[in-house]
Amino acid sequence: MSDVHKLTGAYALDAVDDIERARFEQHLATCEDCRAEVAEMRETAALLAESTAVEPPASLRTSVLAGISQVRPMPPEVGRPEGASRRRFPLLVAAALVIIAGFGAVVWQPWSTDEAQLSATEQVLRADDAKEVTVDLGEDGRATIVRSVSHNAAVIVAEDMAPAPEGKVYELWFKSGDEFVPAGLMPNESDHTTLLKGDAAVAGAAGITIEPEGGSEKPTTEPIALFDFSEAV
Amino acid sequence: MDQLRPVPDGAPQGAPSRDSAARLADLLRRASRGDEAAFAAFYDATSSRAYGLALRVVRNPAHAEEVSQEAYLDAWRSSTRFNPALGSAAGWLLTIVHRKAVDRVRSVEASTVRDEIWQRESRPIDHDQTSDAAHSSLEAARIRGAVATLTDVQREAVELTYFGGYTHSEVAAMLDVPLGTAKTRIRDGLIRLRDLMGVGS
Repeated sequence: MSDVHKLTGAYALDAVDDIERARFEQHLATCEDCRAEVAEMRETAALLAESTAVEPPASLRTSVLAGISQVRPMPPEVGRPEGASRRRFPLLVAAALVIIAGFGAVVWQPWSTDEAQLSATEQVLRADDAKEVTVDLGEDGRATIVRSVSHNAAVIVAEDMAPAPEGKVYELWFKSGDEFVPAGLMPNESDHTTLLKGDAAVAGAAGITIEPEGGSEKPTTEPIALFDFSEAV
Repeated sequence: MDQLRPVPDGAPQGAPSRDSAARLADLLRRASRGDEAAFAAFYDATSSRAYGLALRVVRNPAHAEEVSQEAYLDAWRSSTRFNPALGSAAGWLLTIVHRKAVDRVRSVEASTVRDEIWQRESRPIDHDQTSDAAHSSLEAARIRGAVATLTDVQREAVELTYFGGYTHSEVAAMLDVPLGTAKTRIRDGLIRLRDLMGVGS
């Protein structure tokens, strides 16, 4: 059994990080055995909750019932053939859906979401032509840029990023030829999903540099990461 | 749903749970059509498990209540997506609860704090405090019996992930074992529980 299948248990127990989850869900979309095993393991895990049952405070019931009276259940999925939901999915999609605040959990079928409600970031991540390239920064974190030429946009998914040095920021760039064009500043958070500013379709690469607060017009330091789109998959 | 069959050794079967599984699925189906009373009944039949699980993972009663509330609202909203062919209604709900609880514990607690809490509180579950599940103390006894048959390292890995909310990589680091080892212990432990509890086909 290859390694990827062995993640069923950790996945079923939510013992994966966002990137692992996204990758495994991509695998799940094509592996019926793993889907079945995950379903059984979630069922099994839920039984563990039998041993931790605690009567909730009455206020919970009140707030739940008040809450449901104000929203309707989502409509069922219609007009999509069975096979369609199993199409190959750009990596990182589910991770980004998790990261993007306010998105309702669709735990069992994270690969079926209403297209119409997608933000620009989600549209890039879900685009049919989305391609990604990852740069591992070692102890300073890991970053993946996903680009969709058809959307002329790119998104960076940063994980475990070390904070920028005092008084500095991480600035994003598009690179065309030898020229760097500013593509916005990264939020000062260890994990985030951020849309790059500017024309992604024409860029040959993207990069990150450390710049003085507020950012620069041109890089003043060597890039700490370069994402060569010709290597994107 | 027939996901709760007798264990092979002839232990008493959880008849009430079998009935309740079908009933819960029906309540959820009615809820998906906007039946708030059905959802209230669904809540009443599941809330001690949902809240108890959230509390076990996030440990803070106020957070557990928030997590549970969010989970129930999500369950209501996405009730149309519940597919009885994929599992039980309770399992579906508790999957949502668990995911939210884990997300909460990872976002609000610095890992150092969580480690300390785990060190302090990682002791066997106090069964005396958790027996109020009128729903099915029989089921609770069965699952405890099944958990007891896991090897120590399997139980440790399953509990650290499911109740502790740690990732398999974190568990590997905590237990000082290779990544693949932690992953395998979790999976093997769950497979054993699955087989003992007669989940699936």
